[in-house]
Amino acid sequence: MTKEDIKKVVLDIIADIAPDEDLSSVKPEVRLRDQLSLDSMDFLDIVMELRKKHGIEVPEADYVQLASLDSCADYLLPKFQAKAGK
Amino acid sequence: MSPLPRIVITGVGLTAPNGNSLAEFRANLLAGKARIAEIDVRHMGRQPAGVCDFDATRWQKRKEIRNGTRVGSISIWCAREALADSGLAWDSLDRSRVGVYLGITEHGNVETENEIHNISQFGNDTKYWTHHHNPRTVANNPAGEVTMNMGITGPHYTIGAACAAGNAGLIQAAQMLQLGEVDVAFAGGVSESIHTFGIFAGFKNQGALGSHPDPAKASRPFDRNRNGIVISEGGAIYMLERLDDALARGARILGEIAGWCINSDATDAVLPNPDRQAECMRLALRRAGMSPADVHLVSTHATATALGDVQECKAVREVFADCPGTYVNNTKSYIGHCMGAAGALELAGNLPSFVDGWIHPTINVEELDPECEVPGLVINRPVQAPRVDAILNNSFGMLGINSALIVKKYGVA
Repeated sequence: MTKEDIKKVVLDIIADIAPDEDLSSVKPEVRLRDQLSLDSMDFLDIVMELRKKHGIEVPEADYVQLASLDSCADYLLPKFQAKAGK
Repeated sequence: MSPLPRIVITGVGLTAPNGNSLAEFRANLLAGKARIAEIDVRHMGRQPAGVCDFDATRWQKRKEIRNGTRVGSISIWCAREALADSGLAWDSLDRSRVGVYLGITEHGNVETENEIHNISQFGNDTKYWTHHHNPRTVANNPAGEVTMNMGITGPHYTIGAACAAGNAGLIQAAQMLQLGEVDVAFAGGVSESIHTFGIFAGFKNQGALGSHPDPAKASRPFDRNRNGIVISEGGAIYMLERLDDALARGARILGEIAGWCINSDATDAVLPNPDRQAECMRLALRRAGMSPADVHLVSTHATATALGDVQECKAVREVFADCPGTYVNNTKSYIGHCMGAAGALELAGNLPSFVDGWIHPTINVEELDPECEVPGLVINRPVQAPRVDAILNNSFGMLGINSALIVKKYGVA
């Protein structure tokens, strides 16, 4: 699992929860809320889908780490690696 | 005390299993076209049910549909279509003076059952329970979704009234308009009940779930071999305004709310009481200042249960004795029982009779139950009436709630 893989995982989740959004030109370094119409419930959906589909837990204190695709990749990579190493 | 303002209908939006507009619905009623499908119901297998096929994306973004409820989508469809039908100048309207009053039989069962099923896939761990559950299941959800979609900032709520809810929504809205609480009201009834197995299982175990090898014949009120209710989804929402406001804007008036009554049997949770039903119709007539003979069409509630149909027929026979100009019909034989939407949809299907004079029949009657014989009952073929000036719309529900709503042709004294 690479950071690019994780960005795709997050984008796939966003495609499901925000199906009206054009995700073809999302900038990885820019906050997702600044370029997409996402609200707090949508971020809870991202957390839920990471839990259901990938067994990844994101504690509430760490929600801020999901701000952009880059920060998602940085934060989630060790979690995915730990999961794969089990 | 000055008389209360008169309230009129200036628009209708609906979705029924056999039509997504009043014109399509009416055409199918006059043509005798039922539309009942067979669907997979969780834990129950294949069951007959009335399924609507409107295009929710006409009025909602896909994310709205995903995050909301089925009945929210039904409500938005109906409200938007009612607005379009009314010709009201929406952009210049003060939306803080718009109210949304929707009748529901039940709400929240669908989402709760879905989530119980969802967490069962994860060892019943509640951390997998969706955070969307509460906004989806609060009782005001259908009406609230309409306000969010349409930017309405006036009051909204639902009226829980079992299967009398369609009438109850209209009555509530008429009262709020008369009180001056709002200037425009979206009112009616809605239902998503085919998506909850609990409703099917409850009726099944009550011995009241209809069936037939041909789903289109499963709902057959008044037939000797009827065997219960066909559960359906749907909605009908009306645009209501005070008469003076409607006239001032040159609105087309589809009918006038003339009278109503809601009362209670106070006898049994599920068995109807024809004495209270008759009393309900009489009180509605009194409020309307009408005699029974002034009503030319009685739209029955009959759901095709063994006892319920007989009891309602007894009440109708009693109230409308010696009324040769009064016809009686039923709509559930085409679309099943649309629960919270039933009363509102059944009224809608009959409204055009003010203009064309046709009474659509109740269909699927192969052998009329002698106990359901009612003078003027229109069976299997439409009838051209000399005139239709007023419709009395019955809608009854569990816990002994009865409602009768009288709508008259505008311009008739």
